[in-house]
Amino acid sequence: MNNAAVVEVRNLVVQRGRVRAVDRVGFSIASGEVVGLLGPSGCGKTTLMRAIVGVQVVQGGSVTVLGQPAGSRSLRDRVGYVTQAPSVYDDLTVAENLRFFARVLGASLDEVDRCMQVVALHAQRDQVVGRLSGGQRSRASLAVALLGSPDLLVLDEPTVGLDPVLRRDLWATFHDLAAAGAAVVVSSHVMDEAERCDRLLLMRDGVVLADETLPDLLQRTKADDVEGAFLELVEQEVTAA
Amino acid sequence: MSARITLAVAARVLTQLRRDHRTAAMLLVLPCLLISLLWWMFDAADPTGQGFTRLGPPLLALIPFIVMFLVTSVTTLRERSSGTLERLLAMPTGKGDFLGGYALAFGVVAAVQSGLAVLVSVWLLDLGVAGDLWVLVAVAVVDAILGTALGLLVSAFARSEFQAVQFMPAVVVPQILLCGLFVPREAMPAFLEAVSNLLPLSYAVDAMRSVATTSGSALGSVDASMWADLGVVVGFALGGLVLGAATLRRRTA
Repeated sequence: MNNAAVVEVRNLVVQRGRVRAVDRVGFSIASGEVVGLLGPSGCGKTTLMRAIVGVQVVQGGSVTVLGQPAGSRSLRDRVGYVTQAPSVYDDLTVAENLRFFARVLGASLDEVDRCMQVVALHAQRDQVVGRLSGGQRSRASLAVALLGSPDLLVLDEPTVGLDPVLRRDLWATFHDLAAAGAAVVVSSHVMDEAERCDRLLLMRDGVVLADETLPDLLQRTKADDVEGAFLELVEQEVTAA
Repeated sequence: MSARITLAVAARVLTQLRRDHRTAAMLLVLPCLLISLLWWMFDAADPTGQGFTRLGPPLLALIPFIVMFLVTSVTTLRERSSGTLERLLAMPTGKGDFLGGYALAFGVVAAVQSGLAVLVSVWLLDLGVAGDLWVLVAVAVVDAILGTALGLLVSAFARSEFQAVQFMPAVVVPQILLCGLFVPREAMPAFLEAVSNLLPLSYAVDAMRSVATTSGSALGSVDASMWADLGVVVGFALGGLVLGAATLRRRTA
Protein backbone atom coordinates (compact mmCIF):
# COMPACT_ATOMS: atom_id res chain seq x y z
CA MET A 1 0.00 0.00 0.00
CA ASN A 2 1.37 3.42 -0.88
CA ASN A 3 0.32 6.76 0.44
CA ALA A 4 -0.03 8.67 -2.80
CA ALA A 5 -2.85 11.21 -2.60
CA VAL A 6 -5.82 9.92 -4.57
CA VAL A 7 -7.95 12.99 -3.87
CA GLU A 8 -6.59 16.47 -3.27
CA VAL A 9 -9.16 19.18 -2.54
CA ARG A 10 -7.91 22.76 -2.21
CA ASN A 11 -9.93 25.77 -1.12
CA LEU A 12 -13.05 24.43 -2.84
CA VAL A 13 -16.06 26.74 -3.14
CA VAL A 14 -19.42 25.66 -4.55
CA GLN A 15 -22.33 28.05 -4.75
CA ARG A 16 -25.79 26.57 -5.33
CA GLY A 17 -28.26 29.38 -5.90
CA ARG A 18 -27.94 31.63 -2.87
CA VAL A 19 -26.47 28.93 -0.68
CA ARG A 20 -22.74 28.40 -0.39
CA ALA A 21 -22.93 24.62 -0.34
CA VAL A 22 -19.18 24.12 0.08
CA ASP A 23 -17.15 26.92 1.61
CA ARG A 24 -13.34 26.91 1.24
CA VAL A 25 -12.86 23.23 1.95
CA GLY A 26 -9.50 21.51 1.68
CA PHE A 27 -8.28 18.00 2.50
CA SER A 28 -6.59 15.06 0.87
CA ILE A 29 -7.28 11.34 0.81
CA ALA A 30 -4.57 8.73 0.37
CA SER A 31 -4.92 5.37 -1.28
CA GLY A 32 -5.82 2.66 1.20
CA GLU A 33 -7.99 4.97 3.28
CA VAL A 34 -11.69 4.68 4.10
CA VAL A 35 -12.82 8.21 4.86
CA GLY A 36 -16.21 8.94 6.40
CA LEU A 37 -17.91 12.16 5.40
CA LEU A 38 -20.35 12.84 8.22
CA GLY A 39 -22.82 15.59 8.86
CA PRO A 40 -26.52 16.40 8.97
CA SER A 41 -28.46 16.32 5.73
CA GLY A 42 -28.09 19.55 3.78
CA CYS A 43 -24.55 20.20 5.08
CA GLY A 44 -22.93 19.89 1.66
CA LYS A 45 -21.80 16.25 1.69
CA THR A 46 -23.42 15.38 -1.61
CA THR A 47 -22.19 18.56 -3.32
CA LEU A 48 -18.65 17.86 -2.12
CA MET A 49 -18.84 14.29 -3.41
CA ARG A 50 -20.17 15.49 -6.76
CA ALA A 51 -17.22 17.86 -6.99
CA ILE A 52 -14.81 14.97 -6.35
CA VAL A 53 -16.46 12.90 -9.07
CA GLY A 54 -16.38 15.92 -11.39
CA VAL A 55 -20.09 16.32 -12.12
CA GLN A 56 -20.50 19.52 -10.10
CA VAL A 57 -19.93 23.03 -11.44
CA VAL A 58 -17.57 24.65 -8.91
CA GLN A 59 -16.93 28.34 -8.28
CA GLY A 60 -13.44 28.24 -6.80
CA GLY A 61 -10.54 26.11 -5.68
CA SER A 62 -9.51 22.81 -7.19
CA VAL A 63 -10.15 19.09 -6.94
CA THR A 64 -7.43 16.76 -8.20
CA VAL A 65 -8.03 13.02 -8.49
CA LEU A 66 -5.12 10.66 -9.22
CA GLY A 67 -3.12 13.63 -10.44
CA GLN A 68 -5.78 14.85 -12.89
CA PRO A 69 -8.45 17.55 -12.52
CA ALA A 70 -11.65 15.86 -11.25
CA GLY A 71 -13.88 14.66 -14.08
CA SER A 72 -11.02 14.32 -16.60
CA ARG A 73 -11.59 11.86 -19.41
CA SER A 74 -8.84 9.50 -18.19
CA LEU A 75 -10.56 9.20 -14.80
CA ARG A 76 -13.94 8.07 -16.07
CA ASP A 77 -13.28 4.35 -15.72
CA ARG A 78 -11.24 4.72 -12.52
CA VAL A 79 -13.81 6.39 -10.28
CA GLY A 80 -16.93 4.61 -9.01
CA TYR A 81 -19.75 6.83 -7.81
CA VAL A 82 -23.02 5.91 -6.13
CA THR A 83 -25.66 8.60 -5.76
CA GLN A 84 -28.16 8.60 -2.91
CA ALA A 85 -31.06 7.76 -5.20
CA PRO A 86 -30.22 4.50 -7.00
CA SER A 87 -29.27 5.26 -10.62
CA VAL A 88 -30.02 2.01 -12.38
CA TYR A 89 -32.68 1.14 -14.96
CA ASP A 90 -35.88 0.06 -13.21
CA ASP A 91 -37.12 -1.89 -16.22
CA LEU A 92 -34.01 -4.06 -16.57
CA THR A 93 -32.96 -6.98 -14.38
CA VAL A 94 -30.03 -6.70 -11.98
CA ALA A 95 -27.82 -8.73 -14.34
CA GLU A 96 -28.88 -6.72 -17.40
CA ASN A 97 -28.06 -3.45 -15.63
CA LEU A 98 -24.63 -4.70 -14.62
CA ARG A 99 -23.89 -6.17 -18.04
CA PHE A 100 -24.80 -2.88 -19.68
CA PHE A 101 -22.61 -0.75 -17.43
CA ALA A 102 -19.77 -3.30 -17.68
CA ARG A 103 -19.86 -2.97 -21.47
CA VAL A 104 -19.83 0.84 -21.21
CA LEU A 105 -16.82 0.66 -18.86
CA GLY A 106 -15.12 -1.99 -20.97
CA ALA A 107 -14.95 -4.23 -17.89
CA SER A 108 -14.96 -7.99 -18.30
CA LEU A 109 -18.30 -9.75 -17.94
CA ASP A 110 -16.87 -11.84 -15.06
CA GLU A 111 -17.08 -8.61 -13.12
CA VAL A 112 -20.87 -8.78 -13.32
CA ASP A 113 -21.05 -11.97 -11.25
CA ARG A 114 -18.38 -10.83 -8.82
CA CYS A 115 -20.12 -7.52 -8.11
CA MET A 116 -23.51 -9.18 -7.65
CA GLN A 117 -21.91 -11.50 -5.08
CA VAL A 118 -20.34 -8.58 -3.23
CA VAL A 119 -23.66 -6.80 -2.73
CA ALA A 120 -25.48 -10.12 -2.10
CA LEU A 121 -27.88 -9.76 -5.01
CA HIS A 122 -26.98 -12.99 -6.73
CA ALA A 123 -30.31 -14.59 -5.92
CA GLN A 124 -32.12 -11.60 -7.48
CA ARG A 125 -29.99 -11.46 -10.62
CA ASP A 126 -32.88 -12.07 -13.01
CA GLN A 127 -35.39 -9.86 -11.24
CA VAL A 128 -36.39 -6.52 -12.68
CA VAL A 129 -34.89 -3.77 -10.52
CA GLY A 130 -38.20 -1.89 -10.26
CA ARG A 131 -39.69 -4.81 -8.32
CA LEU A 132 -36.89 -4.99 -5.73
CA SER A 133 -37.02 -3.43 -2.28
CA GLY A 134 -35.44 -0.02 -1.70
CA GLY A 135 -32.35 -1.53 -0.08
CA GLN A 136 -31.90 -4.03 -2.88
CA ARG A 137 -32.12 -1.27 -5.48
CA SER A 138 -29.42 0.74 -3.70
CA ARG A 139 -27.28 -2.39 -3.68
CA ALA A 140 -27.79 -2.83 -7.42
CA SER A 141 -26.63 0.75 -7.86
CA LEU A 142 -23.64 0.09 -5.58
CA ALA A 143 -22.74 -3.02 -7.59
CA VAL A 144 -22.45 -0.86 -10.73
CA ALA A 145 -19.92 1.38 -8.96
CA LEU A 146 -17.82 -1.66 -8.01
CA LEU A 147 -17.44 -2.85 -11.62
CA GLY A 148 -13.84 -2.96 -12.73
CA SER A 149 -12.46 -2.29 -9.23
CA PRO A 150 -12.06 1.51 -9.45
CA ASP A 151 -9.16 3.34 -7.75
CA LEU A 152 -11.55 5.75 -6.07
CA LEU A 153 -15.00 4.92 -4.75
CA VAL A 154 -17.33 7.75 -3.81
CA LEU A 155 -20.42 6.45 -2.03
CA ASP A 156 -23.26 8.73 -1.00
CA GLU A 157 -25.11 7.11 1.93
CA PRO A 158 -24.77 3.57 0.59
CA THR A 159 -25.89 1.79 3.74
CA VAL A 160 -29.19 3.57 4.48
CA GLY A 161 -31.99 1.17 5.32
CA LEU A 162 -29.87 -1.97 5.08
CA ASP A 163 -30.00 -4.92 7.38
CA PRO A 164 -27.20 -4.71 10.01
CA VAL A 165 -25.55 -7.94 8.84
CA LEU A 166 -25.36 -6.71 5.28
CA ARG A 167 -24.19 -3.31 6.48
CA ARG A 168 -21.33 -4.93 8.36
CA ASP A 169 -20.43 -6.99 5.27
CA LEU A 170 -20.47 -3.95 3.01
CA TRP A 171 -18.16 -2.05 5.35
CA ALA A 172 -15.85 -5.06 5.28
CA THR A 173 -15.96 -4.86 1.47
CA PHE A 174 -15.06 -1.15 1.55
CA HIS A 175 -12.04 -1.98 3.74
CA ASP A 176 -11.05 -4.85 1.43
CA LEU A 177 -11.10 -2.47 -1.52
CA ALA A 178 -9.01 0.02 0.44
CA ALA A 179 -6.56 -2.71 1.42
CA ALA A 180 -6.21 -3.47 -2.28
CA GLY A 181 -5.11 0.14 -2.82
CA ALA A 182 -8.31 2.06 -3.53
CA ALA A 183 -9.43 5.17 -1.70
CA VAL A 184 -13.00 5.06 -0.41
CA VAL A 185 -15.15 8.05 0.58
CA VAL A 186 -18.43 7.17 2.28
CA SER A 187 -20.96 9.74 3.40
CA SER A 188 -23.49 9.22 6.13
CA HIS A 189 -25.79 11.27 8.30
CA VAL A 190 -25.70 8.49 10.85
CA MET A 191 -22.96 9.44 13.27
CA ASP A 192 -22.49 5.90 14.60
CA GLU A 193 -21.02 4.76 11.28
CA ALA A 194 -17.96 6.80 12.27
CA GLU A 195 -16.28 3.94 14.04
CA ARG A 196 -16.05 2.00 10.81
CA CYS A 197 -13.96 4.69 9.08
CA ASP A 198 -10.17 5.18 9.17
CA ARG A 199 -10.64 8.92 9.21
CA LEU A 200 -13.54 11.34 9.60
CA LEU A 201 -14.50 14.56 7.88
CA LEU A 202 -17.21 16.27 9.91
CA MET A 203 -19.23 18.80 7.92
CA ARG A 204 -21.78 21.45 8.78
CA ASP A 205 -23.12 24.31 6.60
CA GLY A 206 -20.56 23.69 3.88
CA VAL A 207 -17.57 23.83 6.23
CA VAL A 208 -15.36 20.97 7.43
CA LEU A 209 -15.41 21.11 11.25
CA ALA A 210 -12.98 18.27 11.82
CA ASP A 211 -10.60 16.11 9.78
CA GLU A 212 -9.05 13.43 12.00
CA THR A 213 -9.38 9.88 13.28
CA LEU A 214 -12.18 9.01 15.67
CA PRO A 215 -9.91 8.59 18.75
CA ASP A 216 -8.21 11.94 18.05
CA LEU A 217 -11.57 13.63 17.61
CA LEU A 218 -12.95 12.23 20.87
CA GLN A 219 -9.80 13.17 22.75
CA ARG A 220 -9.73 16.72 21.42
CA THR A 221 -13.39 17.42 22.15
CA LYS A 222 -13.51 15.35 25.34
CA ALA A 223 -16.75 13.83 24.07
CA ASP A 224 -17.97 10.25 24.44
CA ASP A 225 -19.17 9.80 20.88
CA VAL A 226 -19.23 11.49 17.48
CA GLU A 227 -22.59 13.09 18.16
CA GLY A 228 -21.18 14.71 21.29
CA ALA A 229 -18.00 15.75 19.47
CA PHE A 230 -20.10 17.33 16.74
CA LEU A 231 -22.13 19.35 19.27
CA GLU A 232 -18.97 20.41 21.05
CA LEU A 233 -17.37 21.63 17.80
CA VAL A 234 -20.51 23.57 16.83
CA GLU A 235 -20.61 25.23 20.25
CA GLN A 236 -16.93 26.15 20.06
CA GLU A 237 -17.62 27.81 16.73
CA VAL A 238 -20.58 29.76 18.12
CA THR A 239 -18.50 31.00 21.07
CA ALA A 240 -15.64 31.96 18.75
CA ALA A 241 -18.04 33.98 16.59
CA MET B 1 -17.19 8.09 -30.00
CA SER B 2 -16.88 4.38 -29.30
CA ALA B 3 -18.68 1.72 -31.30
CA ARG B 4 -18.70 -0.57 -28.23
CA ILE B 5 -20.56 1.98 -26.08
CA THR B 6 -22.93 3.13 -28.85
CA LEU B 7 -23.94 -0.48 -29.48
CA ALA B 8 -24.29 -1.14 -25.75
CA VAL B 9 -26.66 1.83 -25.42
CA ALA B 10 -28.69 0.73 -28.45
CA ALA B 11 -28.94 -2.87 -27.21
CA ARG B 12 -29.99 -1.67 -23.77
CA VAL B 13 -32.73 0.60 -25.17
CA LEU B 14 -34.05 -2.30 -27.25
CA THR B 15 -34.02 -4.63 -24.23
CA GLN B 16 -36.05 -2.06 -22.29
CA LEU B 17 -38.58 -1.88 -25.12
CA ARG B 18 -38.80 -5.67 -25.33
CA ARG B 19 -39.47 -5.82 -21.61
CA ASP B 20 -42.38 -3.41 -22.04
CA HIS B 21 -44.74 -5.64 -24.05
CA ARG B 22 -47.53 -3.13 -24.30
CA THR B 23 -45.33 -0.37 -25.72
CA ALA B 24 -43.66 -2.80 -28.11
CA ALA B 25 -47.04 -4.05 -29.36
CA MET B 26 -48.39 -0.53 -29.79
CA LEU B 27 -45.27 0.55 -31.67
CA LEU B 28 -45.70 -2.24 -34.19
CA VAL B 29 -49.46 -2.67 -34.47
CA LEU B 30 -50.83 0.88 -34.18
CA PRO B 31 -49.33 2.23 -37.44
CA CYS B 32 -50.90 -0.68 -39.34
CA LEU B 33 -54.27 -0.04 -37.72
CA LEU B 34 -54.12 3.70 -38.44
CA ILE B 35 -53.26 3.25 -42.08
CA SER B 36 -56.09 0.70 -42.37
CA LEU B 37 -58.44 3.19 -40.74
CA LEU B 38 -57.49 5.80 -43.33
CA TRP B 39 -58.15 3.32 -46.14
CA TRP B 40 -61.50 2.26 -44.67
CA MET B 41 -62.62 5.87 -44.24
CA PHE B 42 -62.10 6.53 -47.94
CA ASP B 43 -63.49 3.17 -49.03
CA ALA B 44 -67.12 4.21 -49.64
CA ALA B 45 -66.68 7.95 -50.18
CA ASP B 46 -63.95 7.65 -52.76
CA PRO B 47 -64.18 4.47 -54.83
CA THR B 48 -61.36 5.58 -57.15
CA GLY B 49 -58.89 5.30 -54.28
CA GLN B 50 -57.59 8.83 -54.96
CA GLY B 51 -57.89 9.97 -51.35
CA PHE B 52 -56.04 7.01 -49.93
CA THR B 53 -53.30 7.36 -52.55
CA ARG B 54 -52.97 11.06 -51.70
CA LEU B 55 -52.95 10.74 -47.90
CA GLY B 56 -51.52 7.26 -47.30
CA PRO B 57 -47.88 8.11 -48.03
CA PRO B 58 -47.83 11.27 -45.86
CA LEU B 59 -49.31 9.21 -43.03
CA LEU B 60 -46.49 6.69 -43.44
CA ALA B 61 -44.10 9.63 -42.95
CA LEU B 62 -45.97 11.17 -40.01
CA ILE B 63 -46.45 8.10 -37.83
CA PRO B 64 -42.78 7.18 -37.22
CA PHE B 65 -41.94 10.86 -36.72
CA ILE B 66 -44.65 11.47 -34.10
CA VAL B 67 -44.21 8.15 -32.29
CA MET B 68 -40.43 8.39 -32.00
CA PHE B 69 -40.64 12.04 -30.96
CA LEU B 70 -42.90 11.12 -28.04
CA VAL B 71 -41.11 7.93 -27.04
CA THR B 72 -37.70 9.58 -27.13
CA SER B 73 -38.63 12.74 -25.27
CA VAL B 74 -40.17 10.73 -22.44
CA THR B 75 -37.39 8.10 -22.19
CA THR B 76 -34.61 10.68 -22.29
CA LEU B 77 -36.34 12.76 -19.67
CA ARG B 78 -36.60 9.65 -17.52
CA GLU B 79 -32.92 9.00 -18.09
CA ARG B 80 -32.11 12.55 -17.00
CA SER B 81 -34.26 12.46 -13.87
CA SER B 82 -33.28 8.96 -12.67
CA GLY B 83 -29.60 9.86 -12.57
CA THR B 84 -28.64 7.18 -15.09
CA LEU B 85 -27.66 9.83 -17.64
CA GLU B 86 -25.36 11.49 -15.12
CA ARG B 87 -23.87 8.12 -14.25
CA LEU B 88 -23.27 7.29 -17.92
CA LEU B 89 -21.65 10.66 -18.57
CA ALA B 90 -19.39 10.18 -15.53
CA MET B 91 -18.29 6.92 -17.20
CA PRO B 92 -16.37 6.80 -20.50
CA THR B 93 -19.62 7.39 -22.46
CA GLY B 94 -19.32 10.11 -25.10
CA LYS B 95 -22.34 12.30 -25.78
CA GLY B 96 -22.30 10.97 -29.31
CA ASP B 97 -22.39 7.39 -27.97
CA PHE B 98 -25.49 8.16 -25.95
CA LEU B 99 -27.35 9.97 -28.75
CA GLY B 100 -26.09 7.58 -31.42
CA GLY B 101 -27.23 4.59 -29.35
CA TYR B 102 -30.73 6.01 -29.06
CA ALA B 103 -30.88 6.98 -32.75
CA LEU B 104 -29.70 3.50 -33.72
CA ALA B 105 -32.18 1.68 -31.48
CA PHE B 106 -35.16 3.77 -32.56
CA GLY B 107 -33.99 3.60 -36.17
CA VAL B 108 -34.19 -0.21 -35.93
CA VAL B 109 -37.65 -0.03 -34.33
CA ALA B 110 -38.77 2.41 -37.05
CA ALA B 111 -37.51 0.08 -39.77
CA VAL B 112 -39.59 -2.81 -38.40
CA GLN B 113 -42.56 -0.54 -37.71
CA SER B 114 -42.54 1.07 -41.15
CA GLY B 115 -41.76 -2.21 -42.87
CA LEU B 116 -44.97 -3.66 -41.43
CA ALA B 117 -47.02 -0.56 -42.25
CA VAL B 118 -45.72 -0.51 -45.83
CA LEU B 119 -46.50 -4.20 -46.29
CA VAL B 120 -50.05 -3.70 -45.02
CA SER B 121 -50.53 -0.59 -47.21
CA VAL B 122 -49.21 -2.09 -50.40
CA TRP B 123 -50.32 -5.72 -50.26
CA LEU B 124 -53.49 -5.53 -48.23
CA LEU B 125 -54.78 -2.06 -49.04
CA ASP B 126 -53.45 -1.73 -52.61
CA LEU B 127 -51.53 1.48 -52.13
CA GLY B 128 -49.87 2.33 -55.45
CA VAL B 129 -46.16 3.06 -55.14
CA ALA B 130 -44.22 4.37 -58.15
CA GLY B 131 -40.72 3.90 -56.73
CA ASP B 132 -39.16 0.87 -55.05
CA LEU B 133 -40.75 -0.24 -51.78
CA TRP B 134 -37.48 -0.17 -49.82
CA VAL B 135 -37.22 3.58 -50.47
CA LEU B 136 -40.55 4.05 -48.72
CA VAL B 137 -39.15 2.23 -45.67
CA ALA B 138 -35.88 4.17 -45.85
CA VAL B 139 -37.76 7.48 -45.82
CA ALA B 140 -39.80 6.30 -42.83
CA VAL B 141 -36.60 5.37 -40.94
CA VAL B 142 -35.10 8.81 -41.59
CA ASP B 143 -38.35 10.40 -40.37
CA ALA B 144 -38.16 8.31 -37.22
CA ILE B 145 -34.58 9.44 -36.59
CA LEU B 146 -35.72 13.02 -37.11
CA GLY B 147 -38.40 12.44 -34.46
CA THR B 148 -35.78 10.91 -32.15
CA ALA B 149 -33.42 13.87 -32.65
CA LEU B 150 -36.11 16.46 -31.92
CA GLY B 151 -37.40 14.43 -28.98
CA LEU B 152 -33.91 14.31 -27.46
CA LEU B 153 -33.60 18.04 -27.95
CA VAL B 154 -36.90 19.05 -26.36
CA SER B 155 -36.39 16.70 -23.40
CA ALA B 156 -33.69 19.14 -22.27
CA PHE B 157 -36.33 21.85 -21.88
CA ALA B 158 -38.89 19.78 -19.98
CA ARG B 159 -38.83 19.37 -16.22
CA SER B 160 -41.46 16.63 -16.08
CA GLU B 161 -43.03 14.02 -18.32
CA PHE B 162 -46.18 16.18 -18.45
CA GLN B 163 -44.17 19.02 -19.94
CA ALA B 164 -42.39 16.68 -22.34
CA VAL B 165 -45.71 15.49 -23.76
CA GLN B 166 -46.84 19.12 -24.15
CA PHE B 167 -44.01 19.71 -26.59
CA MET B 168 -45.83 17.53 -29.07
CA PRO B 169 -48.54 20.15 -29.83
CA ALA B 170 -45.87 22.84 -29.74
CA VAL B 171 -43.28 21.23 -32.01
CA VAL B 172 -45.13 18.59 -34.00
CA VAL B 173 -48.64 19.93 -34.72
CA PRO B 174 -47.51 23.15 -36.49
CA GLN B 175 -45.32 21.03 -38.73
CA ILE B 176 -48.26 18.76 -39.57
CA LEU B 177 -50.45 21.80 -40.39
CA LEU B 178 -47.83 23.41 -42.60
CA CYS B 179 -46.42 20.32 -44.34
CA GLY B 180 -48.80 20.63 -47.29
CA LEU B 181 -51.24 17.96 -46.19
CA PHE B 182 -54.22 20.30 -45.79
CA VAL B 183 -53.34 23.14 -48.17
CA PRO B 184 -50.67 22.72 -50.86
CA ARG B 185 -47.55 24.57 -49.72
CA GLU B 186 -47.48 26.77 -52.83
CA ALA B 187 -51.04 27.91 -52.11
CA MET B 188 -50.29 29.14 -48.59
CA PRO B 189 -49.83 32.83 -47.72
CA ALA B 190 -46.25 33.76 -48.62
CA PHE B 191 -45.14 33.98 -45.00
CA LEU B 192 -46.50 30.56 -44.09
CA GLU B 193 -45.00 29.06 -47.21
CA ALA B 194 -41.64 30.46 -46.14
CA VAL B 195 -42.11 28.95 -42.67
CA SER B 196 -43.13 25.66 -44.23
CA ASN B 197 -39.89 25.71 -46.23
CA LEU B 198 -37.96 25.87 -42.96
CA LEU B 199 -39.68 22.90 -41.32
CA PRO B 200 -38.20 19.40 -41.69
CA LEU B 201 -41.53 17.57 -41.83
CA SER B 202 -42.44 19.40 -45.06
CA TYR B 203 -39.47 17.75 -46.77
CA ALA B 204 -40.24 14.38 -45.16
CA VAL B 205 -43.81 14.45 -46.52
CA ASP B 206 -42.65 15.67 -49.94
CA ALA B 207 -40.14 12.83 -50.10
CA MET B 208 -42.73 10.22 -49.12
CA ARG B 209 -45.21 11.55 -51.70
CA SER B 210 -42.57 11.58 -54.35
CA VAL B 211 -41.70 7.90 -53.79
CA ALA B 212 -45.36 6.99 -54.01
CA THR B 213 -46.34 9.06 -57.07
CA THR B 214 -43.31 9.74 -59.24
CA SER B 215 -40.94 7.22 -60.71
CA GLY B 216 -37.59 8.25 -62.08
CA SER B 217 -34.15 7.07 -62.99
CA ALA B 218 -32.47 7.77 -59.67
CA LEU B 219 -31.54 5.02 -57.17
CA GLY B 220 -34.65 3.13 -56.06
CA SER B 221 -36.52 4.13 -59.30
CA VAL B 222 -37.51 7.50 -57.88
CA ASP B 223 -37.10 11.06 -59.02
CA ALA B 224 -33.75 12.57 -58.02
CA SER B 225 -35.56 15.40 -56.19
CA MET B 226 -36.76 12.78 -53.67
CA TRP B 227 -33.18 12.16 -52.55
CA ALA B 228 -32.64 15.91 -52.28
CA ASP B 229 -35.70 16.23 -50.03
CA LEU B 230 -34.55 13.29 -47.95
CA GLY B 231 -31.09 14.87 -47.70
CA VAL B 232 -32.70 17.93 -46.13
CA VAL B 233 -34.45 15.70 -43.57
CA VAL B 234 -31.16 13.93 -42.78
CA GLY B 235 -29.55 17.36 -42.31
CA PHE B 236 -32.26 18.40 -39.84
CA ALA B 237 -31.92 15.10 -37.95
CA LEU B 238 -28.14 15.50 -37.65
CA GLY B 239 -28.58 19.14 -36.63
CA GLY B 240 -31.08 18.06 -33.97
CA LEU B 241 -28.65 15.44 -32.64
CA VAL B 242 -25.79 17.96 -32.49
CA LEU B 243 -27.99 20.51 -30.66
CA GLY B 244 -29.21 17.66 -28.43
CA ALA B 245 -25.60 16.79 -27.62
CA ALA B 246 -25.05 20.39 -26.56
CA THR B 247 -27.83 20.01 -23.99
CA LEU B 248 -26.16 17.00 -22.33
CA ARG B 249 -23.99 18.29 -19.52
CA ARG B 250 -21.34 16.33 -17.69
CA ARG B 251 -21.26 18.99 -14.98
CA THR B 252 -24.35 20.58 -13.51
CA ALA B 253 -24.85 23.33 -10.95
